[in-house]
Amino acid sequence: MSIEINGKSFPESPQPGQCLRTFLRELGHFGVKKGCDAGDCGACTVLLDGEPVHSCLIPAFRAAGHAVTTIEGLAPDDGIHPMQQAFLDAQGFQCGFCTSGMILTCASLNQAQRQDLSAALKGNICRCTGYRSIEDALNGKSNIEDADAGTAFGRSLPAPAGPHVVRGTERYTFDVALGGLLHVKMLRSPHPHARIISIDKTAALGVPGVHTVLTSEDAPDRLFSTARHEWDWMDPDDTKVLDTVVRFIGQKVAAVIADTEAAAEEGCRRLKVEYEILPDVIDPAAAIAADAPVLHGDKTKENRVANAARNIVAEIHGEFGDVAAALAQAAVTYQGTFTTQRVQHAALETHGGLAWVDADGILNVRSSTQVPFLTRRTLADLFDLPPDKVRVFCERVGGGFGGKQEMFVEDILALAALKTGRAVKFELTREEQFVATSTRHPMLVTVKAGADSDGKLTALQLDVLSNTGAYGNHAGPVLFHSVGESLGVYHCPNKKVDGIAAYTNTVPSGAFRGYGLPQTLIAVEAAIDELAKQLGISPFEMRRRNVVKSGDPMRSPPESKYHDVLYGSYGLDQCLDLVERAMAADTPTPDLSADWLTGDGIALTMIDTVPPAGHFADCSISLRGDGGFDLTVGTAEFGNGTSTVHRQIAASALATTVDRISLRQSDTAHGGHDTGAYGSAGIFVAGNATLAAADALADQLKQFAASMLGENPDACALDNHAAVCARRRTPYAMLAASAQSLGKVLSASGNSSGTPRSIAFNVQGFRVAVNKFTGELKILKSVQAADAGRVANPLQCRGQIEGGVAQSLGAALYEEMVIDERGRVINPRFRDYHLPSFADVPRTEVLFADTSDTLGPMGAKSMSESPYNPVAAALGNAIANATGIRFTATPFKPDRLWPALHEKFGSG
Amino acid sequence: MDLNTIRAVARPTTRDELPVWTADAAWLAGGTWLFSEPQTHLTRLIDLTGLKWPALTVSETGLSIAATCTVAQLDALACPPEWTASPLINQCCRAFLASFKIWKTATVGGNICMSLPAGPMISLTAALDGVCTIWQAGGGERQIPVADFVTGDQRNVLAPGDLLRQIDIPLAALKRRSAFRQISLTPVGRSAALLIGGLDSDGGLALTVTASTARPVQFSFAGVPAAKDLRDAILQRIPDGLYHTDVHGKPMWRKAMTLRLAEEIRGELQAVPRVTP
Repeated sequence: MSIEINGKSFPESPQPGQCLRTFLRELGHFGVKKGCDAGDCGACTVLLDGEPVHSCLIPAFRAAGHAVTTIEGLAPDDGIHPMQQAFLDAQGFQCGFCTSGMILTCASLNQAQRQDLSAALKGNICRCTGYRSIEDALNGKSNIEDADAGTAFGRSLPAPAGPHVVRGTERYTFDVALGGLLHVKMLRSPHPHARIISIDKTAALGVPGVHTVLTSEDAPDRLFSTARHEWDWMDPDDTKVLDTVVRFIGQKVAAVIADTEAAAEEGCRRLKVEYEILPDVIDPAAAIAADAPVLHGDKTKENRVANAARNIVAEIHGEFGDVAAALAQAAVTYQGTFTTQRVQHAALETHGGLAWVDADGILNVRSSTQVPFLTRRTLADLFDLPPDKVRVFCERVGGGFGGKQEMFVEDILALAALKTGRAVKFELTREEQFVATSTRHPMLVTVKAGADSDGKLTALQLDVLSNTGAYGNHAGPVLFHSVGESLGVYHCPNKKVDGIAAYTNTVPSGAFRGYGLPQTLIAVEAAIDELAKQLGISPFEMRRRNVVKSGDPMRSPPESKYHDVLYGSYGLDQCLDLVERAMAADTPTPDLSADWLTGDGIALTMIDTVPPAGHFADCSISLRGDGGFDLTVGTAEFGNGTSTVHRQIAASALATTVDRISLRQSDTAHGGHDTGAYGSAGIFVAGNATLAAADALADQLKQFAASMLGENPDACALDNHAAVCARRRTPYAMLAASAQSLGKVLSASGNSSGTPRSIAFNVQGFRVAVNKFTGELKILKSVQAADAGRVANPLQCRGQIEGGVAQSLGAALYEEMVIDERGRVINPRFRDYHLPSFADVPRTEVLFADTSDTLGPMGAKSMSESPYNPVAAALGNAIANATGIRFTATPFKPDRLWPALHEKFGSG
Repeated sequence: MDLNTIRAVARPTTRDELPVWTADAAWLAGGTWLFSEPQTHLTRLIDLTGLKWPALTVSETGLSIAATCTVAQLDALACPPEWTASPLINQCCRAFLASFKIWKTATVGGNICMSLPAGPMISLTAALDGVCTIWQAGGGERQIPVADFVTGDQRNVLAPGDLLRQIDIPLAALKRRSAFRQISLTPVGRSAALLIGGLDSDGGLALTVTASTARPVQFSFAGVPAAKDLRDAILQRIPDGLYHTDVHGKPMWRKAMTLRLAEEIRGELQAVPRVTP
């Protein structure tokens, strides 16, 4: 019996245990996405006989004799379904990986379900948007604007990929059909710390379809870091592609390469590994104690491990003034210790990719990455290949959040492709994503603070213990960043920092949105509030008295060797005012019983717009024969929206419209260099490079037009797709034709080195209600003010802020990777690791400061990580204000709040 | 997800055609749990849908629910007006962590056989005095109340090869006045405590505690008890060790919520029912 898919009959038979999702994708329906593979996220939603189902849970054989509709078949050929159009109009997506499933679900809701979206959408997770724009789509609201030639910058233009995203035809990492593909599966360590004595491959190689098994003997005997930074010295060399020592449960042991995933999995099960069990240490405080088991005893300072014998990968110490003396003399003091848990990025597209060696001998790696250029560099190093023999690229990436500023799969892909000479695919499962990639650094932060009777800070001290897990990727930079802007934003004569990043036998921590600041801000912003409370000063006023003003030094100990952070603009004062006004404004409050306590809380954050020590981007742009432009950038698109903004910048500089600018991106084969889409640098750095290229080309167009007409270039301007010299218009297409006839190419390049850097600010305000007898929490009001400079695209920037708030609420309220005493992640699935769903995310009022940055492109500055940073801190302050209890550990779940509430308020 | 070790699917249409059960086989009803986790010990699935058990049978004696009845089918049942407890059906369906899309596939029997503390079909059918009919592996069948069917977190009375056939709900339970309370760590999350109370026509009160405890715990009172009596009964019958612990709630909080929700139910059912004019 055949299956009907999108009106077409398919005679193919599925495997007996195959789920419908993989069967549909095998038949080319790539709009059906794999997010969790377990029925929790809804990215694989299809219609079965018109009813929405999660295709990852449907046995494929049961679809026989039924009609399946995927996103590709929702509208007739070349048409568009009203719900697809609604998502386009509202721009109800960012990375777009959840969008197919979201649209199919929304399109099938009845009126009652549309009135109850909290329940109706609980089976659809969007990690990017915070759901407001999705609600707008359901309400038929349009959020997009149009822009005349030359006016694109600052307008709410839609993402160029939108039409493909809503139709399911945008290509993500795995959405390509390659013939003769081999599949990679990893055997992973069941032990937190062990030496691999031997691996017997015999039985695995006997499995039909298994081609080869790769172990440490096949891999380069070289140390590197999975962290990708512009400079290798930022991270320790402590990792091997395949090591002979495993240091956490889930670490790669061996790779099986086979014709099918099934055969590769069977091969993994047949590998016989003999381990010598080594002592392990799971807790970071225990890890840095004397006589603790040592994880990296074979590493030294040469490998950039600070103190291998004590499991300290990085540390930082410094003091300005005399904190102890200042605390002794302060009118008020506060000390508290705060813990933040282990959380995961949970990008809906897992890590993975495809690799092959092409006819020119070039190793091609197509991967889900934020850093194709840095990955290419390291692959070339590891495998002793000339850089031009390695190509790394991505098309659209299904979410990043810092998790893809790492090289977790590309090394194995390269090894497998080089060893087999075949095209290979390696796609992590959701469980692998949890147990074997990276997480946010859990931190234990003690803050000491003092102020004088006028509310002026006199002492600020942080003591940080960061848990980097089994490897030190990002350990140092995250630690240093965590004590940077969090202290630098406050004027205070006495500051002190002691920080340590410790190895433990747990899944590694890595880069994560906010890069350490969210963890320390919980402590610092709590201290500011607690001092204010003792002094009877409002939290707003306390901050106004102490934050840096434009021109003030931004200092945190020890003294940084980088002095390129400047006040390109300053809007923190406006942000505080905006949030204070919004919080004071009349808001309808729901009827709450006397069991509920309400309170307000705020927190602020400052962020450097670029990481230190240089962040580079090369862009190029050329005039096409049709009068449009080809723009090439290196930076990647994973829902951050930079693809939209690059076109806006170029269109504004070249007096044209965005539809005439074709963007090519994130491919090392395009040449040039790009440090990558991280550190909030997508617009500030790469945007500056695009602006430089577009400005240079604009000059060329004027000069060329002037030379054609015998005019002075100074008398020429660009206007409405044409060069205008002395009132004579030469449309770009004519310029292109003339240039071509003269054999002249009109193109230009631009670059940026990420310096000098500016600073951006955010202030978050919450009003919460806490049930004193159950610990339940309701968010009654959420406001965030952002100083993003001149906002390049208000709709997108608002989306970044809302999405940052939503993701951060997950970490503040729900998300927690639970590690058992052996270091095993016990909840590596979404149903046990609660990501915010529609029901969990309040609407956030987003307000922008009115500033224009002198360093960012066209006045813009970064706004991608920082909206995340103050959320948990503000929530903690609001809960403290409501309950009178200072909670010091996230997540603020009801069962965690309840014991202290019960102690204070009883049973009711 | 793909279950790559599965080599065959049997599709029996009668009990006589059920293959001999072995440890590498699994009954396949909706499959929403089976296909959500790796099952590398399995090589065979035995698809129960070909048995074509009538999903729901309403009779003078009550309601019979086939194990293969989907959650959506149960939720859509047009209940006779005298079934005053019928709102519990939708309330329990909504207590699923999974959305309505899963309800179309997931089955009542599957949820009961998973025997998770938070299984809302366990809450529903236990509170309604449901009785399970089990087709025994060696032939024949036996009956057991739902509340006794589940013996612990993911544990039940099924022997290897046993098959849950149906759950029968007596009419008397369906005619109770009911009260429903549920709490979770998140607004629409997995139940950390789910309590159902029912008031019989003779004034007796039945209280069923689920989700907070590793297995259902039922209380029966001749009338609506005083607050202290209810509290004492719960404290006595549910030792601290019986409160479930996992990422969805710490046990002492679950205990406190159980006591709180029980008292709310007592208050609701004690109130004089509104007289319909």
